[in-house]
This record gives sequence, C-alpha cells and structure tokens, in this order.
Amino acid sequence: MIVTSMKGTFEMTRDVSTRDIVYIALFAALMAAVNLVPPIQVAFLPVPITAATLAVMLAGCMIGAKRGGLAILLFVLLVALGLPLLAGGRGGLSVFFGPTAGFILSWPVGAFVTGWLTERNWPRMNAVWFFVFSVIGGIGVVYLIGIPWLAMVAKLSLFDAAKGSLIFVPGDIVKAIAAAAIAETVRRAYPLMQAAR
Amino acid sequence: MTIGLYAPGASALHRLPAGVKLGALVAASLALFAVPSTIVALASVPVAFAVYLSTGLGVPRLIRELRGPALLLGFVFVFHALAGSVEEGIAAVARFASLILLASAVTLTTPVSEMAALVERLLGPLAPLGVNPAKVGLAIALAIRFIPLIAEEYRQIREAQAARGLDRNLLALVVPLVIRTLKAADDLADAIEARGIET
Repeated sequence: MIVTSMKGTFEMTRDVSTRDIVYIALFAALMAAVNLVPPIQVAFLPVPITAATLAVMLAGCMIGAKRGGLAILLFVLLVALGLPLLAGGRGGLSVFFGPTAGFILSWPVGAFVTGWLTERNWPRMNAVWFFVFSVIGGIGVVYLIGIPWLAMVAKLSLFDAAKGSLIFVPGDIVKAIAAAAIAETVRRAYPLMQAAR
Repeated sequence: MTIGLYAPGASALHRLPAGVKLGALVAASLALFAVPSTIVALASVPVAFAVYLSTGLGVPRLIRELRGPALLLGFVFVFHALAGSVEEGIAAVARFASLILLASAVTLTTPVSEMAALVERLLGPLAPLGVNPAKVGLAIALAIRFIPLIAEEYRQIREAQAARGLDRNLLALVVPLVIRTLKAADDLADAIEARGIET
C-alpha cells in the first residue's frame, strides 16, 4: 500500500501513531536481528567489529528522524531491560557502566541525525546521499559522543580515547556503503517515507 | 517464561523490588565517579564480588561476565600506564569492574517484565511532555514479538537465496528481509487500527 501524497509526511509531529509504533518496534527488532550476525573478532581489538551501526544508519535512512531515532532508542531500552541483544549475546545494565557505554547511547542520536538529513533531502535522495548521511549520523555523531564519553569515564585524554576508537572507522565506512546500497534499493522498491504515515 | 539474561533464584537480591536495585546501582555509580580515590575504588571491588556471589549464580558465570570487558579494561589500563599514571589506571579498572559486576547482579536477578513495568512507572511523570507510557509498553511488547519473527524470516530468505547461490550477497539478503517484514508490519498496523485500538 503506497500512499503517494507527500503532505505532512516530512513534518515533525509530536504525535506517534499506531503505525509509527509498529515501525519503531520493527526497526528495533531488525537492529536486534542484525546483531545476531556473528561479530568479527579481530585479534588485537578489545571490541568486536559488529553490524550494529549498520542498523543505526538503515533506521535513519528508511524511517526518518523521529521514528528511526525512537526505534534505536527502543533497542537500547530492550538491552537495558536485560535482553542479550548486543553482539555476542551481551546485554543488561552492565554494558551501560562499561567504558564504551557512550557509543551505545550515541546510536539513537546517530539514527536521528541520519534520518533528519534524509527527510530534509528526500526528493533528491540517491545512493550517494544515503552514504553521506550514513557517514554523518552513523559514524560522525557516534564518535562525537562515544570518544568524549570514553575519555571522561576512563579518565583518559581525548587523544588516547580517539586513538583507541578510530581503528574502527574503516569498518564503519564499509557499513555506510552497505547501508546506502540497501537504503537506495528499498527506496525504489518500497518508498517508506511516503508509504509510512 | 524467562527471556533474556534473568536467572531465577531466591536470594535477597532476587526478592528486592526492581526500583530499589536500580536506585542503588545509580547511587553506587555516582559515588564511585564522584569520589576520586583509588582506595575507595579498590575497596568497592570485593564488595561488588560479594554482592554478585550473594545472588547464588556461582563463579563460572561471574568469570563469563567479566571475560568480555576484561580485554577492554586491559586497554584502558595500558593507555593509563603509557601516560605514566599507573595508579589512576588501577582506579579506573577497579571502578569499571565493580560497576559492571553490580549492574550484572541487578540484571541477573530482575525479570525483563519487572524491568519493563519499572520503566513504564518511571515514564509516568513525563506524560505532560508527550510521553505515553502505554505506547512505550506496546512498543516494547511488539519489538520482543518481532525478534523471533525476523529471525525466522531471515532463515527462510537465506535458504531461498542459497538455492540461487546468493547467500553471501548482503543486498540479496537484507533487501527482501526489510521489505517482507515491512509488509508484515503494515498488515499488523492495519489490523490494530481496524480493531479501533487507540493507544
């Protein structure tokens, strides 16, 4: 069912409809499913390379700022409630008290930023723009919050915290490329920003 | 039914209300970060071990719990040591170890349903800001229901694409998964609306 009318689609309304809630729950669950893909453990890295930020980018690209951000926030909430949904079956409150909590908490913001940029530019969206907005939200925002958080709670210098984190950027770029390819294909097949109202 | 990391038991921590446990955990973390003392940080570790073991979950599970963060904490220590502040490194690692153990103890002794009920209660005061706790509850329940559905859908799609030799192609796996689950979600939203359920 595709509603072609674009009226009101891009507005930021305070109200969350039943359909919005279903989409939010769906993308939270998709995020969980993506995390079931076994993480790539690189020998010398203390954190596995995971698909998590791929879902962050996809949520923003596909269902927009408000719903995408809330979907990832819901996912984070499910983890906090005690569901083992993070890569490698991790979960529970303990992940929010470890040094990398800032990265996890940055995911909803990242999805919101990617979604906001996507909504703003919906008529001219293509794979390249999806890639650019995925990089801004899914990489830029995530490190902008995660690195200072790490520095603060681990009492490290910002430079040391950044050094430890930026090794993941190449993997993130690959994820942004994948997110752009998926988002562009889905946009053509099932244009959600218009259908989902 | 128990889902998630909850481990049934009858310890004192199991019987304590979720709100009290969460409050204590937040208080402990604020205290540990507010007091910049290595001695306090080190002293908190045996306390956290004792709290964890009081849940009756045993040492093997505890080791499993700490194995993941151990490497990460090792790196934090190495960065501190390289910067010449070994004492601060020890304090940081001790602080994290304590908090991770205490937080695990809360998660392992509190069922997901009880945590969800606590979240709904905590969101109550935010109602004037447009937060509807009932909607949050619906979203939590729907998402938990969707996870096995998506996993099953993904298994089917992977089998179908394997028959075409496409089971290592990310696009061929994720695009059908997204579109099929979106269709299912649209149908579900139609069904909820058709029944006149207003959340």
